[in-house]
Amino acid sequence: MRITVNVNGVDHEREVSNRTLLVHFLRDDLGLTGTHWGCDTSNCGVCTVWLDEVPVKSCTVLAVMADGHRVRTVEGLANGAELDPVQQGFVACHGLQCGFCTPGMMMTGRALLNENPDPSEAEIREAISGQLCRCTGYENIVRSIRWAAQFEAAARATTNETAEVAQ
Amino acid sequence: MQVPAHFEYERATSVEHALDLMGRWGDGARLVAGGHSLLPMMKLRLARPEALIDINDLTELDYILVDGEELAIGAMTRHRDLLRSALVAEHYPIFRDAERVIADPIVRNRGTVGGSLCQADPSEDLSAAFAAVDATAVIRGTGGTRTVPVREFHTGPYETVVAPAEMLVEIRVALRPGGGSAYEKVERRVGDWAVAAAGAALWLDGDLGDSGGAGTVRDVGIGLTAVGAAHFHASEAEDFLRGRPATEENFAGAARIAGANCEPSADQRGPVDYKRHLAGELTARALRRAAARARGSEA
Repeated sequence: MRITVNVNGVDHEREVSNRTLLVHFLRDDLGLTGTHWGCDTSNCGVCTVWLDEVPVKSCTVLAVMADGHRVRTVEGLANGAELDPVQQGFVACHGLQCGFCTPGMMMTGRALLNENPDPSEAEIREAISGQLCRCTGYENIVRSIRWAAQFEAAARATTNETAEVAQ
Repeated sequence: MQVPAHFEYERATSVEHALDLMGRWGDGARLVAGGHSLLPMMKLRLARPEALIDINDLTELDYILVDGEELAIGAMTRHRDLLRSALVAEHYPIFRDAERVIADPIVRNRGTVGGSLCQADPSEDLSAAFAAVDATAVIRGTGGTRTVPVREFHTGPYETVVAPAEMLVEIRVALRPGGGSAYEKVERRVGDWAVAAAGAALWLDGDLGDSGGAGTVRDVGIGLTAVGAAHFHASEAEDFLRGRPATEENFAGAARIAGANCEPSADQRGPVDYKRHLAGELTARALRRAAARARGSEA
């Protein structure tokens, strides 16, 4: 089947087999290997990407189901050379060891902050509870996402102050 | 690499279109909603449909609303939305309890209420919750719409009354005053299928809470999952409790009956006696919490 999927803002048209999973479409057809492929059973969450802005496990979505929809992967997180605050948080807080779970964790972290800019530690743990870190580095993953929340709160405060001064 | 065997793919644009496609493909077609049970089964060749009819575009079936004296939940409602619904939490907190322990947040983003019921996994949580509240399934075919009590919806493991050319479109739950509901589950790890779980909904009469006593059980529904209860339902325990005072002693009596009347199987999640014990204990806990909610002493 011929499908068109908008990935990170760019339309990609490809011929795929009906049984191709979204994770393999992203990695093998589009070469976007930032999305990892892990357990194949929707348990580990390393393949988490956004489908129409909602995090999903792409090993359990067919590529044909994404036809006409928007997908966002870890490659689409940064704004040019400027890392997303969630990515910066993972750098600042040592949020990864082997890095295998990292792309999925960051996509979930970004989605969480978009909905809830000030999540508690418990809320972050709940949000990432469908994803496994085989290095067991959860403490630093939670810190990284909290770091991004605080970074963005500070940025918002600065913007507001600037706006007030301008008025 | 686990991928499904070959199948044809169709995407439905409306309920009518989905019914038309099912009519055309016959027995070999399966509807796919969230796909979080069906696709893994297809990877393992436990399911091998000739054609998949994708109904994810049917946003017309994605709603939670009050319609007259009933709560109406569209079949394409995602687990996440059932969990987050203030309307559901207000009337039937049993669903909020259950959704909190169904899979994980990312699976809940995709999985649907209708898909869960139609998958008819014998360990599925919502089947027990809907059985507890005595919900009604609304099923559509080309000939029209029919309704079936959820307590008659499942005909066996992975089998329902939905015919090959029909689809579940809605689940309805009567809104009845004076009630409370709750769901209790034991799982091996967060997000796993239940070792056992129980849901309870009860309606009390009499002076309640601060002003009075425990109240009398006007009506009660008890759902069980993963323990081989027929239709996810503990009818004997309900019969025992109906009309009795809502006391710990009577909850324990109902729990004993629920545990004795289910038919759990031994597996990697535990032996029969353990699951039977859990079925009873979780029934008691669900009744206790449901009663507290009916009395207004717990949210």
